[in-house]
Amino acid sequence: MADSHPSTALGAGAAAHPKLQHHFYNMDQQLEASILGMWIFLVTEIMFFGGLFMAYIVYRTAYPDGWASSSQLLNVYLGGANTLVLICSSVTMALAVRSAQVGSRRGQIVNLMLTMLFGTTFLVVKYFEYAEKFHHGLVPGALWNPQHELADGTLVALALPSGSQIFFSLYFIMTGIHALHMVVGLALMAIILWMAWKGRFSPQYYGPIEVSGLYWHFVDIVWIFLFPLLYLLGFHLGQGH
Amino acid sequence: MQTSFSLFPPNASSVATEMDLLYLFIVAVCGFFTILVTGLVVFFALKYKRRHPDDVGAVIHGSLVLELTWTIIPFILSMVMFIWGASLFYRLSRPPADSMDIFVVGKQWMWKVQHPEGVREINEMHVPVGRNVRITLGSEDVLHDYSIPAFRVKMDAVPGKWTTLWFKATVTGTYHIFCAEYCGTKHSGMIGQVIAMEPQDYEAWLAGGRSTGTAVQNGERLFTDLACITCHKTDSSGRGPTLANVFGSTVALTDGRSVTADENYLRESIMDSQAKVVKGYQPIMPAFQGRISEENLLQLVAYIKTLKGAQ
Amino acid sequence: MTTAVVEERHSYLDAPYGVAAWLLTKDHKRIAMLYLISITVFFAVGGLFATGVRIELLTPKGDMMSADTYNKLFTLHGVVMIFFFLIPSIPATLGNFLIPIMCGAKDLAFPRINLLSWYLYIIGGLLAVGVIAGGGLDTGWTFYTPYSTSSSNTNVSLAGLAAFIAGFSSILTGFNFIVTIHRMRAPGLTWFRLPLFVWAHYATSLVMILGTPVIAITLTLMIAERTLGLAVFDPRIGGDPVLFQHLFWFYSHPAVYIMILPGMGVVSELVAAVSRKSIFGYGFVAFSSLAIAILGFLVWGHHLFVSSQSIYAGFVFSIITMLVAVPSAVKTFNWAATMYKGSVTWESPTYWVIGFMGLFLIGGLTGLFLATMGLDIHLTDTYFVVAHFHYIMVGGAIMGFLGGLHFWWPKMTGKMYPEAMGKASAILVFVGFNFTFFPQFVLGYMGMPRRYYAYPEEWQVLNVMSTLGASVLGIGYMLTFLYLVWSLFKGKVAPANPWGATGLEWETSSPPPTFNFDHDPVVNGPAYDYKPARGVHVGR
Repeated sequence: MADSHPSTALGAGAAAHPKLQHHFYNMDQQLEASILGMWIFLVTEIMFFGGLFMAYIVYRTAYPDGWASSSQLLNVYLGGANTLVLICSSVTMALAVRSAQVGSRRGQIVNLMLTMLFGTTFLVVKYFEYAEKFHHGLVPGALWNPQHELADGTLVALALPSGSQIFFSLYFIMTGIHALHMVVGLALMAIILWMAWKGRFSPQYYGPIEVSGLYWHFVDIVWIFLFPLLYLLGFHLGQGH
Repeated sequence: MQTSFSLFPPNASSVATEMDLLYLFIVAVCGFFTILVTGLVVFFALKYKRRHPDDVGAVIHGSLVLELTWTIIPFILSMVMFIWGASLFYRLSRPPADSMDIFVVGKQWMWKVQHPEGVREINEMHVPVGRNVRITLGSEDVLHDYSIPAFRVKMDAVPGKWTTLWFKATVTGTYHIFCAEYCGTKHSGMIGQVIAMEPQDYEAWLAGGRSTGTAVQNGERLFTDLACITCHKTDSSGRGPTLANVFGSTVALTDGRSVTADENYLRESIMDSQAKVVKGYQPIMPAFQGRISEENLLQLVAYIKTLKGAQ
Repeated sequence: MTTAVVEERHSYLDAPYGVAAWLLTKDHKRIAMLYLISITVFFAVGGLFATGVRIELLTPKGDMMSADTYNKLFTLHGVVMIFFFLIPSIPATLGNFLIPIMCGAKDLAFPRINLLSWYLYIIGGLLAVGVIAGGGLDTGWTFYTPYSTSSSNTNVSLAGLAAFIAGFSSILTGFNFIVTIHRMRAPGLTWFRLPLFVWAHYATSLVMILGTPVIAITLTLMIAERTLGLAVFDPRIGGDPVLFQHLFWFYSHPAVYIMILPGMGVVSELVAAVSRKSIFGYGFVAFSSLAIAILGFLVWGHHLFVSSQSIYAGFVFSIITMLVAVPSAVKTFNWAATMYKGSVTWESPTYWVIGFMGLFLIGGLTGLFLATMGLDIHLTDTYFVVAHFHYIMVGGAIMGFLGGLHFWWPKMTGKMYPEAMGKASAILVFVGFNFTFFPQFVLGYMGMPRRYYAYPEEWQVLNVMSTLGASVLGIGYMLTFLYLVWSLFKGKVAPANPWGATGLEWETSSPPPTFNFDHDPVVNGPAYDYKPARGVHVGR
């Protein structure tokens, strides 16, 4: 187990940094604690999504046809575009952290704003995708009434193999929980942006922006798993049909 | 207040004695260790009682030999328990081939019992002693569990699939049936009685019962009433696959997989007909989920199991 | 004996005072106290429900209340006791108080998150109170589908949300402990100099952060199915109710280790302290905690032997469950060996420790009956299971909790409780407990199913015994509560080290100052370093 002992940094003698909390020996210990904390939090997030992936695997195995047919009903182009948007947001997030480390306030502000812009774009696209599913009756439960839209806009009933309702339940729950994480991420970004605006971060103190960045990257990575599992699956299997 | 007192439920099935022996074996092992360790703790606490407020204990940090001893001995004992338990479980989860069938359906809050000969009972189950009996269990609503302590058997009834348990009653008598999986308000009222009888008494009881046709006859009627027969013909000319000899065979599916056509496959193919479509056929069969009761389903499958091809 | 006069100190208790200073505190010791008060309230509530259950079971017929009321009572008893008492019991009180001190730190790594954790617990708790006030819950604490999603008419979703939020609080506690243990140890305090209490909490925290998120998503799926119709387990659309059980027990089995591992940590401390002797086989005890935590994640399927789970999966779960017995046995033998040639005091903590060992042994060993697959067919879902897990979770965990509370009470409050009372209540609880739950093993083997409101007449004798035992148990707990509260006002002032024990927590004053130590501590030796040459003087 990694063992960075505070004793190594004892007796530094330098005046305490104003951002040093009372219970830490020094800034290094404080930063390491917050980064380790965020990693542990992300482990819990992996377990949280893990339950969903487990359910996905079980039913994907039980209902391969239902999975393939339902997956083809998702809009792979919108999903793909959203993937790109999120990858861009991760780049700007990484740049924002870098800006804090080198002490560029302007870099932090610009990159954080871009990150938030990309994040919002993602959610807007997601809204249109959801609206389409509601329109086509692809929402499990009382509204379940799968329909297919013809070129002239008329809707005709669509017969889906068994397992399709479960697919769409999981689709809404997985992407919904992911979207919720995006919203939390955006709120976090707003706070960090405000702190950056006030010039709180410096090469000696950039913990909050770094750990928020870790969280943001994690949310992106979840999407990188959701996209192929939900969208590309049907796109890929669709070639053979 | 009834004051008769016993430590064991009636011993009335072929596995009960072995179950009790396994139990007593573990009781002996565990009893030994409980007495050993608590005995040692109390003994040490008394023998090494602090004499003077400033006393401290001897400087002893551990002993590898002892650690290995009390790692290996519990390990070996637990493996003995595992092997014995697994072997008993294996035997209890595989009904012998010569078993007679009884169908049981759990529903909030009653047990519906159906004998293949057509006699039905509610919250009572008559069985002959000396014969292997296989229970096929279904549920119409939530989870239940069919538990007969005197026979030392128990199995969950899971909605959406069938489960089985088997026993061979050895002693005539009347024994409890319980629902052992919580199922709502009258969970504790979902009880009944097994009546184990001499085989000839059982036959007499069956003959005297009000039969509404055997399970197979009822299944055959359903096969016509539900119009299964229009597509599933005795030869391969129908729009659906022929069901002759289907039970127990290996069926190739449209998605390239193959499955063994056991009861649960037949059940699923009726209730959720699109789930596993037979290779070479269109997914045109309607799903019967919500349109057929578990009891009728059991009859239908009992009938399908009897279908044989032209000799 | 020269008892040093304890001078008036600036302890964490009399530092800035007042409601706001307590409710907004970031001091781990004050948060531990907030937790202690709130879990006591929930213990009382859960105990009240248990009282109702035991009274109904005095007679075989259902006659004291309606079946629905009974079902709600045992459900709420389980939900309240598990999510709002047992899981936070030792970690959030003793753990919160002691881990920073044992690590030689001024606080946990994230004091604000620690406070947030308590608030989340309170929000979850208030929702649970809302569930009770709004007509209750009747699914059993296990929330099994499809009963919970499509059959029950009670406040299932709200209860799920309450457990979800309480789970979040538990995650934050575990997360704080792990970071603290990794990053906040005092100079010289290497991993193998840590007290075993800290090791046990490290293992517990691992279970908290790895397991709790899974129950969170499981409850989310259940709530989504019930309220939004986003069904995943519904058999009518091809879902599998057994998948719910898998996901549920993936957390809920390890959750048992969240309850018992800290108790084992407490007992490791207490055994060493009451014997004034180094713990026997320190490394084995430390690693057995980790082994239990890790193996604990691989055994959930032993709850599903008769659920239609594949029998081959059952074999794997059964054999791994057997393996958990090994580290548990290792711990127990090491505790016994620690007392060998010790200098054993007969003060109250000793009574609680010996009681713990007796009950934990029975609880742990009866787990073997249930892990043995063939036997489990007969025993599962009966009172045997009820007795088994109460021996672990009440006999083990609560005995450990109360033992720890008696041991560290002087440190936490600065007051001594009456010794005679401490001993009397340990004996009452031990005797009452055995009378309550031992008959249930017999009932279980006779076949009495769990969660039964009415039962066949031949089982009345044992049930009456159980109810009588429960009254003794209840008196034992109430007595403990009364004299501990009494001691806060009238108790003798506690010296810094009333037991003559080793450990950083005994080197600071009782109660400790806000930042725990007057000088940053430095550790130079192993834990439990009782040196005969130097002697130990109480109160020095």
